[in-house]
Amino acid sequence: MKAAVIVFPGSNCDRDMAVAFERATGQAPAMVWHKDTDLPEGLDIVGVPGGFSFGDYLRCGAIAARAPICQALVAFAERGGHVLGVCNGFQVLTETGLLPGALMRNAGLRFVCRPQALEVATSNSVFTSGYAAGDEITVPIAHHDGNYTADIATLDRLKAEDRVAFRYVGNPNGSVNDIAGVLSENRRVLGMMPHPERAVDDRHGGTEGAAVFASLVSAMADA
Amino acid sequence: MKATVTVMLKDGVLDPQGEAVRHALGTLGFDGVAGVRQGKVIELDLPDGTSEDTVNRMCETLLANTVIESYRIELE
Repeated sequence: MKAAVIVFPGSNCDRDMAVAFERATGQAPAMVWHKDTDLPEGLDIVGVPGGFSFGDYLRCGAIAARAPICQALVAFAERGGHVLGVCNGFQVLTETGLLPGALMRNAGLRFVCRPQALEVATSNSVFTSGYAAGDEITVPIAHHDGNYTADIATLDRLKAEDRVAFRYVGNPNGSVNDIAGVLSENRRVLGMMPHPERAVDDRHGGTEGAAVFASLVSAMADA
Repeated sequence: MKATVTVMLKDGVLDPQGEAVRHALGTLGFDGVAGVRQGKVIELDLPDGTSEDTVNRMCETLLANTVIESYRIELE
């Protein structure tokens, strides 16, 4: 599986994501700078990491979503490529329009940083096939703007199409319907606020995020 | 010329920051503040003759996230 991780000014989970990909695939991912206009050839998956791209100016992820590399990212996704956006990466993906909805300021107004219990809402995706639907896992969250919102029609559609990937157990930020992560219509783009890449090593305090990366590797091997 | 863009959360979208401001005003003794909505104002210095349509496109492509925000443009 060939992976790349996009790096914006202000990304701070790019290394964590690269380590998680390298552990799962045995191969270091390509690190792609935001000013690049093309992604490397032959990629299976592009990671959009957490952080505070462009200082969260204007809106979280708004400036990053208009960076040159994101045109290539959207084209990659539209060709059927796989994309994983975590935290700020999720915000970037909603800002590009690859995922529906938006992430607003946490309802409690505080930055929330702690281990968070999640329910795996579907195992029907290349990101979650290593879990069973209904599994409860714990991975870290660390965000100020993770309050997922979308209009009623979008929420109905996400539910009808089984596109909620993860739900919070004990809602930390006010997200509608406890949504922590959503899939694109073709199920190949996942955005999530929690950090699976920060739960892949015993020294992280837990390894329950590792199955996201293992699921991807297994899906790509079967493809 | 100058354009002023006011970006607000759409009606019906909960505004936790506005709500916190409303609460703080109450704490300071300003009774009867029924609601506070917090938005942002963006001032643009533009070449004379820039059309409202151009500013509109700036709003649609970057300045506002129309999933949750509405915007208003004033040209001077």
